[in-house]
Amino acid sequence: MLAMPRKDLILFLGFAAAVLAMPIWLQPFGAAYPDLLNRFAIFAIFAVGFNILFGLTGYLSFGHAAFFGVGSYAAVWSFKLLSMDAVPALLFAVIISGLFALAIGFLSLRRSGIYFSILTLAFAQMSYNLAYSVFTPITNGETGLQLSLNDKRYLDRMFFEAGAGLPSPTLFGVTLSGYVAFYFCAFFLIATFFIAQRVTGSPFGMMLKGIKSNQTRMNYTGVNTRPYTLAAFVISGMYAGLAGALLAITDPLAGAERMQWTASGEVVLMTILGGAGTLVGPVIGAWLIKYFENIFSAINDGILSQFWGFLPEGAQHTAVLISSKFVGEGWFLTLGLVFVLIVVFLPGGVMEGVRRIASMIRPNKPTPASADSSATKPHPAE
Amino acid sequence: MTMPNVVLHVADVHKRFGGLHALADIDLQVEEGQTHAIIGPNGAGKSTLLNVIIGKLAPSSGQVVFDGTVLTGRKPYQINQLGIARVFQTPEIFADLSVLHNVMIPALAKRDGAFKLNMLRSLEHEHAVREEAEHMLHDVGMHSAREDHAGSLSRGDKRRMELAMCLIQHPRLLLLDEPTAGMSRHDTNTTIELLKKIKSRGMTKVIIEHDMHVVFSLADKISVLAQGRIIADGTPDQVRGNPKVQEAYLGGTA
Repeated sequence: MLAMPRKDLILFLGFAAAVLAMPIWLQPFGAAYPDLLNRFAIFAIFAVGFNILFGLTGYLSFGHAAFFGVGSYAAVWSFKLLSMDAVPALLFAVIISGLFALAIGFLSLRRSGIYFSILTLAFAQMSYNLAYSVFTPITNGETGLQLSLNDKRYLDRMFFEAGAGLPSPTLFGVTLSGYVAFYFCAFFLIATFFIAQRVTGSPFGMMLKGIKSNQTRMNYTGVNTRPYTLAAFVISGMYAGLAGALLAITDPLAGAERMQWTASGEVVLMTILGGAGTLVGPVIGAWLIKYFENIFSAINDGILSQFWGFLPEGAQHTAVLISSKFVGEGWFLTLGLVFVLIVVFLPGGVMEGVRRIASMIRPNKPTPASADSSATKPHPAE
Repeated sequence: MTMPNVVLHVADVHKRFGGLHALADIDLQVEEGQTHAIIGPNGAGKSTLLNVIIGKLAPSSGQVVFDGTVLTGRKPYQINQLGIARVFQTPEIFADLSVLHNVMIPALAKRDGAFKLNMLRSLEHEHAVREEAEHMLHDVGMHSAREDHAGSLSRGDKRRMELAMCLIQHPRLLLLDEPTAGMSRHDTNTTIELLKKIKSRGMTKVIIEHDMHVVFSLADKISVLAQGRIIADGTPDQVRGNPKVQEAYLGGTA
């Protein structure tokens, strides 16, 4: 039952190897330190899950950060009430965000197209605002939810006494920090990629693609599209919750800004930038955005004036003034520009670019799919 | 002689759009295994009637009964699951998917029902469904195009593929809404040949059409619709000779 077609297996093994070797091959890019690697893995999970909804069914949610935020809060609450162990935190986060996605998806999926997008955006903004107002006992408002010395941690207390100071998240007693935390996140990225691959290649995934392609035909083909889209919505919500929980595990605090619409927009950008509907695309999109965010937001005026140092003084001043708008806090301006260029010139994202280059190198190579099927003729000519 | 088995009964159906009486007092009986054509001039209510049968429109009064089951009030996917498939005036296909996948989806929907959380199996391992789909593509003469992108097919090929998508579900009733609309003479003829081939399978068919060539070469029975009413009913020869039909539709005495 779990057997995989060979080309899927090759893709999976290649992906797993690339993820596990990230601390090595990211060295020349100056990105091989645990804090950034964690974010690479976490946001890749978020994007892979988002793609199950958007890439397969075509339903564009603008509110997935809500599930990410709910996952973070749930994980921190698990740390506060139950245990510092990561397993209950993850379970709790995935279940809560799944239930939350079930409720929001049930209501939002009564509409499609732009109305669906607006509904998800509205629900996410509602969650964001509620986190700052009505739900402050749960979310701790603007301060954000943090660990404290008064936390109960009932599950931990059954087994051992509290140590001095604030504890850190653990996995069966091993503290999750540094590269241990990265490999913990990497494990989940590989596992969720595997699940996404299975979903995409299953009859269920084919139905989702049918819904994206022609919903009218789907209805007249005897398919009830609502439970299919709802299942995809809940799965992607659980992915978002898992990612949010992992972020809380690597840094045990949760704030409402994780649920803001810019965070929802970011995962849309990641998916489209990498290539919606492809498996690897959203991962690449997430890595590119997190990598360049890290670089661009660190640049300040001092670095810029050094960079433009070869210009005469007046010109240097102007160059610094203009370019400073695109870095640091203004990094989103650069992201916006890149996004516009991608959508206009390469609507399929990075993956389409890769395909175009590949077809330029090997112009008449038959696709593996057609070569495969012509080799297995099921019945003789009639 | 045994009583013919009425498989589809449109009973006293009225449909009003505001002040417009689009369908008035429609009573139509389609017998098992027959090809029943509904003809009429533009605006006669043919498409409205088809949409009432398939559940897209609710009738203002009356009901549609399929093999003892009332269709009125059911959703299109439920009606399909009862064994009714539909071909559209403009082919409704999965343009982004391959021809083979276009035909596999209806086969999966037939096998798995309206919803199944079938995530653990790989589609590549659905050998039975795949073989069935390839076989069906052979039957409609499209096997060599199975890996093609459905959106890039010609109009005639899209129609053939859409027919394959319906036929793979082995429907008891096939509804065809102007199956040759917008086609070249050549494509029209190949489609008629294909429909004649299907005829031998004993499936009941309802065809909406205004191309006389198509209607008289396929239909066992014809109902003529004019201004929302059925003005004549019978075999092609009876209908051809009916003066009311000539007046309303075939050009009258002029």
